[in-house]
Amino acid sequence: MINFLEVSETNEMIEKEHLDVRTITLGISLLDCIDSDLETLKGKIYAKIYEAAKDLVSTGEKIAHEYGIPIINKRISVTPMALVGGAACRTEEDFASLAETLDKVAEEVGVNFIGGYSALVSKGMTPAEELLIRSIPLALSRTERVCSSVNVGSTRTGINMDAVKLLGEVVKETAECTRERDSLGCAKLVVFCNAPDDNPFMAGAFHGVTESDKVINVGVSGPGVVKTALEKVRGENFEVLCETIKRTAFKVTRVGQLVAQEASKLLNVPFGIVDLSLAPTPAIGDSVADILCEMGLEYAGAPGTTAALAVLNDQVKKGGVMASSFVGGLSGAFIPVSEDQGMIDAVAAGALTLEKLEAMTCVCSVGLDMIAIPGDTKATTISGILADEMAIGMVNQKTTAVRVIPVIGKGVGDTVEFGGLLGHAPIMPVNPFSCDAFINRGGRIPAPIHSFKN
Amino acid sequence: MKRVIITVVGKDTVGIIARVCTYLASKNINILEISQTIVQGYFNMMMIVDTAASSRHFADMAGDLEALGEEIGVIIHCQKEEIFDKMHRI
Repeated sequence: MINFLEVSETNEMIEKEHLDVRTITLGISLLDCIDSDLETLKGKIYAKIYEAAKDLVSTGEKIAHEYGIPIINKRISVTPMALVGGAACRTEEDFASLAETLDKVAEEVGVNFIGGYSALVSKGMTPAEELLIRSIPLALSRTERVCSSVNVGSTRTGINMDAVKLLGEVVKETAECTRERDSLGCAKLVVFCNAPDDNPFMAGAFHGVTESDKVINVGVSGPGVVKTALEKVRGENFEVLCETIKRTAFKVTRVGQLVAQEASKLLNVPFGIVDLSLAPTPAIGDSVADILCEMGLEYAGAPGTTAALAVLNDQVKKGGVMASSFVGGLSGAFIPVSEDQGMIDAVAAGALTLEKLEAMTCVCSVGLDMIAIPGDTKATTISGILADEMAIGMVNQKTTAVRVIPVIGKGVGDTVEFGGLLGHAPIMPVNPFSCDAFINRGGRIPAPIHSFKN
Repeated sequence: MKRVIITVVGKDTVGIIARVCTYLASKNINILEISQTIVQGYFNMMMIVDTAASSRHFADMAGDLEALGEEIGVIIHCQKEEIFDKMHRI
């Protein structure tokens, strides 16, 4: 039977080290809602999401209460809206009105975010997909809860550079459209390479077309738990370090698996995956950067950071894989800047630059995340940042993503406050040299040689 | 068998165990195991109980015990056993 020490260990993780389930995300396919009449389409979307998700929040709260584990977010992801709205939407305005429908139903069922205002254009864009991408600034400025993502590249297809160019402009325009709120719209827009179909984390969650009608995906977290475990093995060698991370990741993931199975049972929706991620929040003691420091770095960004992050990411996966029957999503260590107090401190101290963050994304689970840059950064420069990150994902056969926020009216030396889980960030300098001619070439970058595996 | 873990933490005082046990008995909840220590004047108890024969739903029992804890001046939490089993047993 369970003993006193085991109960204390679990409850200390929850109470003192911020162990929580970060999100239960209900994926809902909207393919059966497709209609060529816009109003009919909106009605079907609203009805399907409402019916599927009306008990999501109360179920999450019930599970949290019964097991004594906080479940921070309950969210919804839907089929990429470019596919759903393609037959009905003729203008950007039409697409933006679909976003408003998503926003309304999300508010009605009580979730804080709904993801899937998305397009998958890794090789080419259909007219509907291009229209959706162009409507993103409008959609994000008119809604509170809608999150948008665009997949512009993959190892199999290469990188769609026309989409990369367009998205540089869209990011900039979204920043302009939400300038009175420190360009917050850009915090809800992610550009991906190799985007997973089953990611439960926002802003990049969408319900992929390879998925079933409905699915429950769960994202766990627990940077504080890993940090505390590592405090006990200071000075020990890498074998001990790795073993400690693995054991801790195992325990954290088991909780996610339990919650996912319970939610699946109570909602009568199949269980999809557990995403084994270390997702930080701005709260003290809930930081991935602090783990890197505990591993022996003065600040995140110091020499050795990429190696430390590689070890952390790999051991989290190794520990987590055995703890869950299905793992997926992004799975690994997230390195957002504004959402992680240790990262913010590292930037403020001058230890962490955009270039070092880019290097870190080669070995972390995702990419350049929640980075505030000067508002006067050119659209082509943003496209250049996107292209670099997409290239890392394409060549390394991993998911990479970019969520940068050009904060209109602010420059290096200023800070920006997004509030809540999105945190705050100092504006980071961007390399001032031009890549205009490179971005303006247009077309696509061919798939890398190692994609030909047949 | 429906096992629930009850943890009680707070400043030590007379009758904590008595009052918790009285409540459990009144709701037909069977105690399977108790461990308890006092560290620097702080009372720390863990109970494993079986609620299978109880008429009270989990949420009601947890609410009752939380209120009882407030009355005594300690914090009482109820959690289903699976979370500990999952985490500590392969």
